[in-house]
Amino acid sequence: MKDNIPDGLRELLEQAAGAGQAPWRTLLRPGDWLLLLCCAALVATSFPLLWRGGVADRAIVKRDGQLVTELALNVARKYEVTGAIGTTVIEVQPGRARVLSDPGPRQYCVQQGWLTRANAVAICAPNHVTLQLAGRGGAHAGYDTINY
Amino acid sequence: MPAMTPSTIELPVTADDYRIARYAAAAIALSVAETALPSPLPGIKPGLANIIVLVVLARYGWRDAAWVSLLRVVAGSLVIGQFLAPGFFLALAGALCSLAVLAAAQHLPPRFFGPVSASVLAAFAHIGGQLLLARAWLVPHDGVFYLLPLFATAALLFGTINGLVAARLLAKPSTEPPAP
Repeated sequence: MKDNIPDGLRELLEQAAGAGQAPWRTLLRPGDWLLLLCCAALVATSFPLLWRGGVADRAIVKRDGQLVTELALNVARKYEVTGAIGTTVIEVQPGRARVLSDPGPRQYCVQQGWLTRANAVAICAPNHVTLQLAGRGGAHAGYDTINY
Repeated sequence: MPAMTPSTIELPVTADDYRIARYAAAAIALSVAETALPSPLPGIKPGLANIIVLVVLARYGWRDAAWVSLLRVVAGSLVIGQFLAPGFFLALAGALCSLAVLAAAQHLPPRFFGPVSASVLAAFAHIGGQLLLARAWLVPHDGVFYLLPLFATAALLFGTINGLVAARLLAKPSTEPPAP
């Protein structure tokens, strides 16, 4: 097979493959290796750091737009809010929160299930109660349920 | 009809000008050729023109490298019809940042740091400048920084490759044609 290639073409191919040149690794000096390793480590750590932004760390419960309480999302607990037509029960577990029960007729906020992302909102309109998650960087970081 | 008066303005052209023009032409050709490559994300591209900037920096110093880099940004954007479009300003911000970093990087001890280091540092400065301008002007939201890991990965990869190519070009003796 090798003999079938004309001499001119073979020479060209060998040149393209780097014949007669210093191998690639000799082009790197000690400091280059060090810098490349440092940069690779920095880039690798930037992935989790920057993609953690959407994680919620507290739940904000409001009634009629007024803040009722803020619950940290690190311990499991239940919280009851008395609204316009009854009692809404909020359940918190590490990293997530949901509306466990609500007196509203259509149960939209209950059926939404667990909220996990920062700025996700469950609105129990009949009872005038809202549950919102908040993360790092305040209420304006990232998207909320409505403009997701 | 009166005879044309010969122009009294004469622009002296030095050997420096020819050299810079020649390298800038190579850089412009590379950056125009690069626009034909598909890109997974706007802003991620190999930056092949930076190979020329690195070679000029090592051979002729920072002033020539700055000329080549900025001529590449202006003329390259004219060729592809992006002059004064957002992409032009992003490229300009990236080029200015990477030139600033290269000005510092050329003082690294040459025994330990070669063109690959300069290339990687310049690549990071390039995305840094672009992201900061994009954050300040085009996307006034911290969301642009979520893309930083992707841009940084691309900068590391292409910075290394461009640096290796520049190092190999620099390992050969310069074949400089005489100025006309």
